[in-house]
Amino acid sequence: MSDIDLPRRSFFKTSIGAAAIAIAPGILLFDMAHGKSQPVSGKVRWGMLIDTAQCQDGCNDCVTACNKENGLSGSTGPTDSQWIRKVEIKSISTGRKVSLPMMCQHCEHPPCVDVCPTNASFKRADGIVLVDRHRCIGCRYCMMACPYKARSFVHEPLSDQNPDVPRGKGTVESCTLCVHRIDKGQQPACVESCSNKAILFGDLNDPNSEIAQKIRAVATVEVRANLRLNTGVRYQGL
Amino acid sequence: MKRFASLLLCFCASAAFAGAATGPKLDIGKGGQCVEDTQWMRKNHPQLLNHQRDETVRQGVRESKHSLKGCIECHASTQDNSVTARKDSFCVGCHSYEAVKLDCFECHSDKRQSAWLQRNAK
Repeated sequence: MSDIDLPRRSFFKTSIGAAAIAIAPGILLFDMAHGKSQPVSGKVRWGMLIDTAQCQDGCNDCVTACNKENGLSGSTGPTDSQWIRKVEIKSISTGRKVSLPMMCQHCEHPPCVDVCPTNASFKRADGIVLVDRHRCIGCRYCMMACPYKARSFVHEPLSDQNPDVPRGKGTVESCTLCVHRIDKGQQPACVESCSNKAILFGDLNDPNSEIAQKIRAVATVEVRANLRLNTGVRYQGL
Repeated sequence: MKRFASLLLCFCASAAFAGAATGPKLDIGKGGQCVEDTQWMRKNHPQLLNHQRDETVRQGVRESKHSLKGCIECHASTQDNSVTARKDSFCVGCHSYEAVKLDCFECHSDKRQSAWLQRNAK
C-alpha cells in the first residue's frame, strides 16, 4: 500500500471534481432544453392496493376499462390477450367467497425478467414491469415463468391500435399499469373505472402517499408471498 | 461565348432533370417546419426513432420532438390521417420507392392521434 503515490492520487481527485463542476452546467442546460424529458425516478415505486371487501362479485368494470384503454378484444379464448381478469375464490372449509381482479403484480424481483433471453422483459426504474416489444422474440419463457399467469401472447395481426399503446403479433404483453397514463400524471384505467374505489393506486415509497399510509395501517398480503417476489400489487381482506 | 452558353444550357437541363427525378411525390400532411433539416431527416430519421424508442420504452422519456407519434401528427395525410394508407402516404411512398421494409406499423398506429381519439371518444 505504501507505494501508492498519494499526491498523484489527490491530483486526480481534484481534477475530476473540477471537470464535474465545469461539465455540470452544460448538463443542466441540456436537460432544460429538453423540457419534461427526464427519465423516470427510481425513488418512486408504483403499486396498487386492492380491497377485496369493496370489489363486487360479478362486476367487470376494471376489465372492460382495461380492454378499452389498451385496445384488447375482450374475448377470453386461449389465444386472446387478457391483461386483467376477475377471479372468484371460495374457501372450501368456511365457504367464504371473495372476488378480486388479478393482473401483473409488478414484482420487485420479477421471474419474467430473470428468464428473458433478450432483455425484452424489464423492470422500469419506478417499478413497472414491461415488455420492450422491439426486443421481444416471442419465445414465451416469461409466460411460463410468471406465477400469476399474467402474460399473453399476441397470435393474430392487429390493426388500429391506440397510438399510446402499440401492440403487435408475435410479442408477449401484459398489464403495463397504464404506463402511458402514469407518465401523463393520470391513474391507470382500471383504478379510474372502479366505482367502489376498490383499487388504490400510488407510490409505495412515499411515506405520505395514501397507499403507503394504508398498507402501514391495515393487514394486506401479497399473492404467493412465499415466492418472495415483493409484488407491487397487494390485496386486503384475502 | 457560344461555348459558355451551351455549358449553361447543359447545367440548366441537368438541373431540370434532377429536379424531376428526386424521388416519389409524397403527401406530406401538414408539412411545414420539421424538427430537423429535411435532407438530414431523410438520411437520419431511423437513428432518431431508434434512439427515442429505447429512451421512451425503457426510461419513460416522453418528449415529442423525435417521437414517432410526433412524426405522424404532422406528416399523416390530411385526407385520411394516415402515414401508410395510400401509395403516396408519407412513410410508404418513400419506403416502397427505396424498397426498404417498414415494420413500425405492425405494432404502432399509423393514424394521427387526434383523429384516433376523436373516433374512439366515449
